[in-house]
Amino acid sequence: MRLWRRTSLNRCRLLQVSVNQKVIEQLKSRFGESNIEANEFRDELTVVVPKEIIVDVCRFLKDDSTLKFDLLADLCGIDMYTPAKRFGVIYNLYSLTSHHRIRLKTFVEEENPKLPTVSTVWATANWHERETYDMFGIIFEGHPDLRRMYLPDEFEHHPLRKDFPLMGIPGSLPLPKK
Amino acid sequence: MGLEHALGDSFLTTQIDVAINWCRKNSLWPMPMGISCCAIEMMAFAGPRFDASRFGSEVFRFSPRQSDVMIVAGTTTYKMAKVVRKIYDQMPDPKWVIAMGACTSSGGMYRTYSVVQGIDQFLPVDLYVAGCPPRPDNLLNALILLQQKVQRGESRGNSPSYIGEAKFPPEADTPKGWRTSAPLAQNQPQPLPIIAG
Ligand code: SF4
Repeated sequence: MRLWRRTSLNRCRLLQVSVNQKVIEQLKSRFGESNIEANEFRDELTVVVPKEIIVDVCRFLKDDSTLKFDLLADLCGIDMYTPAKRFGVIYNLYSLTSHHRIRLKTFVEEENPKLPTVSTVWATANWHERETYDMFGIIFEGHPDLRRMYLPDEFEHHPLRKDFPLMGIPGSLPLPKK
Repeated sequence: MGLEHALGDSFLTTQIDVAINWCRKNSLWPMPMGISCCAIEMMAFAGPRFDASRFGSEVFRFSPRQSDVMIVAGTTTYKMAKVVRKIYDQMPDPKWVIAMGACTSSGGMYRTYSVVQGIDQFLPVDLYVAGCPPRPDNLLNALILLQQKVQRGESRGNSPSYIGEAKFPPEADTPKGWRTSAPLAQNQPQPLPIIAG
């Protein structure tokens, strides 16, 4: 039993590594060596791409018949708190056919936190991008309905940014009168 | 039967206020303002095991216009505060508010920008119930204390009572304004004294 389990785990691991290699090769041959920065850690693949080609990369990963990353499991933001590459957007992809996961990353500058939307590729990105906009103020260009997700519409700040104080800005969220 | 039997040919005098308050206190219809996890215990309070109907409060009304006491059970965010206040304003007078749980009373463990640090910032609260969540019997205790308040004719946060933690308000006879930062600051850990030598 134990032997069997170990062999099957090893087989899974080999499969994982080989799919990772396949993804890297395909991306590099399609978008060029310089645009794709891939790193693997514990068999998990993370690919960093420039924001200009993010939609093309996503569409390729989804539509390519051998890869087929047809599920956007999550999309979230990150604040690196450095002037260059301050905000990042992370796309967690899953393939329902090969049961494989990869992570895509892209970065935007502090002054101009804008990048194209992927809600045209996966419809589910609509709400994920609204949440990322609400929390980080990253603007997804071409998004069909970029409104706040959780906070009131009249709120002016983005609370998951690192420079936002934990207890908020006094008076920014008004209370009803007692 | 009943009173006639007990009193015979004699009679009883009372004040109309006392009689009305006596009627009111035994049928306090709650408005279940269940916002998060505390609401589960509030449901248990109304359920068969704890049985709030023993005290006349089993009729949970989902219309504020038919209820007497609002049980605010859960984490009240700034966005939700407007809704809670609106529902409170729709309740007919006289009305009472029970702040159930740590979140509702003080923000609880959510010391963060989105959670109101105590609903008494925008509502007059009659009773605070400590706990995270309070047990249903603690809420029953609150109900019984509220009935005593109703009998005394008090409402709208005139004199909040505290249960659960006997010593929490430091000066129990000055209930107004105790929830300022001063008593909290006193509870902060003091720097260790430096021992020369
Ligand atoms: S006091 Fe505890 S149980 Fe009640 S709403 Fe807050 S976190 Fe949930």
